[in-house]
Amino acid sequence: MAGLELLSDQGFRIDGRRPHELRKIQCRLGIFKQADGSAYIEQGNTKVLAAVYGPHEIRGSRGKALHDKVLVNCQYSMATFSTGERKRRPRGDRKSQEMTMHLKQTFDAAIQTALYPRSQIDIFVEVLQSDGGNYCASVNAATLAVIDAGIPMKDYVCACSASFVSDTPIVDISYLEESSGGPELIVATLPKSEQIVFLEQNSRLHEDNLSKVLDLAVKGTKDVHHVLDQAVREHVSQVSAFENTDQS
Amino acid sequence: MLTSKTFVKKTKRGGVMKIVREHYLRDDITCGSANCKVCDINSPKPLQKEPQNRSNSINSCHYLMPDTNVILHQIDVLDDPAIQNVIVLQTVLEEVRHRSIPGYKRLKDMLSNADKHFYTFSNEFNRDTYVERKPGESSNDRNDRAIREACGWYVKHLEQSDVKVVLLTNDAENRKKAVDEGLTAFTIQNYVKELKGCSQLLDRLAMADTNVPLTNSRIQFPEHLPLSVIQKGIKTGRYLQGSFLASRDNYLEATVSVHNQEKMVFVHGLSHLNRAIHDDIVAIEILPEEQWRCPSSIILLQEEQKDKEEEEDIENENQTSKNNIPVELRQPTGKIVGIIKRNWRQYCGILQRSALKESTRHLFLPAEKRIPKIRIETRQAEELSKQRLVVVIDAWPRGSRYPQGHFVRKLGEIGDKDTENEVLLLEHDVPHSKFSEAVLSFLPKMPWTITEEDYKRRLDLRDLPICSVDPPGCTDIDDALHCRDLDNGNLEVGVHIADVSHFIRPGNALDKEAAERGTTVYLIDQVFPELLSSNLCSLRSNVERFAFSVIWEMTHDAEIINTKFTKSVINSKASLTYAEAQMRIDDTKQNDPITVGLRGLNRLAKILKQKRIDNGALLLASTEVRFNIDSETHDPIDVVTKVARDTNSMVEEFMLLANIATAQKTLQEFPNCAMLRRHPSPPSGNFETLLKAAMSKGFTIDVSCGKALADSLNAATLPEDPYFNTMLRIIATRCMMQAVYFCSGTTSEAEYLHYGLAPIYTHFTSPIRRYSDIIVHRLLAVCIGADASYPDLLEKHKTQSLSNNLNYRHKMAQYAGRASVNLHTHLFFKERVEDEEGYVLFVKKNALQILIPKYGLEGTLFLNAKDLPSHVNFVYQEESNTQTCGEVVFHVFDRVIVQLSIDRSNVQHLKLSLKLVHPEITDFSVAAVTKSENQEPPVKKAKMSVK
Ligand SMILES: [Zn+2]
Repeated sequence: MAGLELLSDQGFRIDGRRPHELRKIQCRLGIFKQADGSAYIEQGNTKVLAAVYGPHEIRGSRGKALHDKVLVNCQYSMATFSTGERKRRPRGDRKSQEMTMHLKQTFDAAIQTALYPRSQIDIFVEVLQSDGGNYCASVNAATLAVIDAGIPMKDYVCACSASFVSDTPIVDISYLEESSGGPELIVATLPKSEQIVFLEQNSRLHEDNLSKVLDLAVKGTKDVHHVLDQAVREHVSQVSAFENTDQS
Repeated sequence: MLTSKTFVKKTKRGGVMKIVREHYLRDDITCGSANCKVCDINSPKPLQKEPQNRSNSINSCHYLMPDTNVILHQIDVLDDPAIQNVIVLQTVLEEVRHRSIPGYKRLKDMLSNADKHFYTFSNEFNRDTYVERKPGESSNDRNDRAIREACGWYVKHLEQSDVKVVLLTNDAENRKKAVDEGLTAFTIQNYVKELKGCSQLLDRLAMADTNVPLTNSRIQFPEHLPLSVIQKGIKTGRYLQGSFLASRDNYLEATVSVHNQEKMVFVHGLSHLNRAIHDDIVAIEILPEEQWRCPSSIILLQEEQKDKEEEEDIENENQTSKNNIPVELRQPTGKIVGIIKRNWRQYCGILQRSALKESTRHLFLPAEKRIPKIRIETRQAEELSKQRLVVVIDAWPRGSRYPQGHFVRKLGEIGDKDTENEVLLLEHDVPHSKFSEAVLSFLPKMPWTITEEDYKRRLDLRDLPICSVDPPGCTDIDDALHCRDLDNGNLEVGVHIADVSHFIRPGNALDKEAAERGTTVYLIDQVFPELLSSNLCSLRSNVERFAFSVIWEMTHDAEIINTKFTKSVINSKASLTYAEAQMRIDDTKQNDPITVGLRGLNRLAKILKQKRIDNGALLLASTEVRFNIDSETHDPIDVVTKVARDTNSMVEEFMLLANIATAQKTLQEFPNCAMLRRHPSPPSGNFETLLKAAMSKGFTIDVSCGKALADSLNAATLPEDPYFNTMLRIIATRCMMQAVYFCSGTTSEAEYLHYGLAPIYTHFTSPIRRYSDIIVHRLLAVCIGADASYPDLLEKHKTQSLSNNLNYRHKMAQYAGRASVNLHTHLFFKERVEDEEGYVLFVKKNALQILIPKYGLEGTLFLNAKDLPSHVNFVYQEESNTQTCGEVVFHVFDRVIVQLSIDRSNVQHLKLSLKLVHPEITDFSVAAVTKSENQEPPVKKAKMSVK
């Protein structure tokens, strides 16, 4: 009878978060040995695996090689069991192709591509479980994997979504909030310089509200950056501690 | 900030899909008590430090914590000012929301009322009070446990202070468990009984839970089917879902309008009606065809039965078994098998005291005839019996003839004009409370002046010969006009509308209040506070005012060359009445710019009107009544029907033109979110009465399209009876559909049509009286770059839901207006008996509907009163649609003389009573009275025309 109340009068969202709070983020680096870099991230119930290979020589036709920078090759796919209803095709559908494109754009902008002309970097992203913010989690996972691979980047690239519900901007929206039909703003930034490398908007949002929502989304990317940075530092210190013990 | 709380998954199974949702538990949810020393000092603390303790049975001050059922069933008790400091748990709030939208709304009002000291505790998100559903536990049990858990948490949390928390629940098992856990728990009844000085609260207690022994259960209604069975039945097509519409005329009949089908199902008899109440959503089962019936045209009123009612009910039931209704008249007939959703509201009415003097149980007689009597319990019957009351229904058990309810509040003495007005407003759901402080705070500060900045932004039209033409006594002048010659030989015509949207900024409290009110109800409050409506916005003469102007360049043949919209500053040169304007036009000696302008306008208006008629515009008649009101007592002292002058139609014509121009402009700019008004063409079945009535005089009316209808109405005139055509138009008006507002993006273009008026239409010209016009002004201002847009303006769903509210308010305002005319009619005829000329408008089985042109009133002349001598016997002929008594035959449109007076036999429904004077029928008609001369005190002419 009554629709969902996305934001209660007490200022809580359906899952108990306040408007400016992210979902819980958990992440790990270096989970595959074969890949040059890999990472796994959980943002709430959205779970994504990323693996990075390269930089290496161009695979397939040589014609694709770029003479002044590295070719960033991305592949986005969703596990058939990742959504409530079983998916037919893990990749290659329109949505996945679009995601692949977006990822490529994002990482083209973040990786210091000029360092490896005529080579290729592969970024594979697999969504294991989807609960809203697939693109954001994919970008964040891929960032960690790229860092794990030791590929130089201008900065972390972090992504976050935001929406606008009953005159209040809300950050890091879940599947439930996504599917309620409200506006959705997805942004990826280089958090230190606050440079926006990717911006997408779905559904209508009045321009008066745009800056409020965008500000919150950008703030969200900074919060994400904080968590990722922590994880990277922890991972590095673990690895180095391990290597230290190895040497002694 | 990051969440770092423990997190628990909540799984919901629906169909075959497994849905997993996150649920974050927090440690930053505060208790909201001013007595707490633990929680963040800056958090809101609506709960008082030392709540007043009125209870005899609890020895310390305390907060209340009601469960869901207490809130749902006893909301009137909670609403009482004596109940304060209540903790509403999130669990409870959500359950209320799912189970009753009106209840939820009222609860939210209480929560936002600072004087009530209500607080919502988000227990589901609190780490310490969240409980997980145990395997095998029902969700109700789980929620009860969550409530007890939260109550326990509060008790512990407030241990340091001396405030207790009292759980209110009527569920015995829950109460027992709570007491076992060391909590204080009461039923609401026991709690209220022990309150000092709150005897009024006892009356407000809903009866549903008290399990009073039922009346000697001679009536036993069939059981309602459970919802799950109904849903299955609807799927298989065995049952139908629909809105229950009780008959106004016969309390044993109703129709059910089946959802998603254009089908009305007839329901007859108490047990088939099965406790459904007007407006409920019900499930019905269609009866086998041999049991189909048709509505009896006999007007059977509830109050005529009085004490014998129950017996007669049963008799009526028995009659249903025989079916002697001709097959061709039978309609699909069904019975109510269950209630899908109750739509009970508060009802106004009077108390019908029990015959037993000591009894505390009485019947309540609602003012709305579609609502059955309600049994209530009160200890103040003596006092209440002279009052108008508000009562709500709590339940309708199977063994009870009447629904059970409880008293909510008194409105005032029966018959008192203010009380009756209040009833009228309440019954029509017209918001009429005073404007709140928050609303008034958005008014411009006085003294208000026009700044240089304003002049720069607006077109300066202060020198134009602008004037306004309105009914006498009009204080809120929406519109003004001008017309002047241009150098190129053409004419410039301007319509200037009060720029209300300049003062009402989107989204503030004033704007929201106006959107809710929607439209001004005749006689009563405005949409906007008075400062705006009759001062700053009103286009009075000789003051500078802001306007939104539409300016046309026209040829002398009223061909439009171009149209311009602009915000402007005007200075009206004269506020004229229709009569004054007419006099100026007619007086050939006057040749000032205003008079010349008026003549030009008048000439153009006639051409425009002719063009409209040639294009098939429909001119319909409606009776318009005006009361002249005594300046001191505010009682009506005279009734006059409106005189139509050229100037009325002149103003109307230009308002039409401005509205159409605005509709075109806004739709062109905003194809998806323009607010328009459409008037759907009526289904041909609607016209049956019209066709039949015209046929009786030998005319055929072509209803195939608007133009054909207009033409055939024009042709249907009788030289010997000039009023015939008007009556025909009145009947035609009754066949029409209601015009509605809508958002252009939500309806297909083919349906934009405004029947008989224009291809597209909107309301632009009365922003002081209608909120719809404000929205149209805002859209138009965005079109011409005069104002900024804002999110909701361009959101088609928001515009549509706003339109829905405006349509609802508009409809209710119309009803309220009609009811108000009745009220004034009754006051007017209070001391009078008059003979008047009338015409038969409809012939019914037992009555004639008579129109009295002098007053524009309609009344019913009953033909089968019980005390009539046996030789006065009216025979109704359905085929020819006549009533015959001896030599006298009544047809539709026949002229009669009737005597008007007030029938006081029922205090609640004073009736205008009609008695026949001419033609004479021995022992039925009455002798003529000479007209009573009434002295005319000074008349204050209030603006009170009703359409
Ligand atoms: Zn506290």
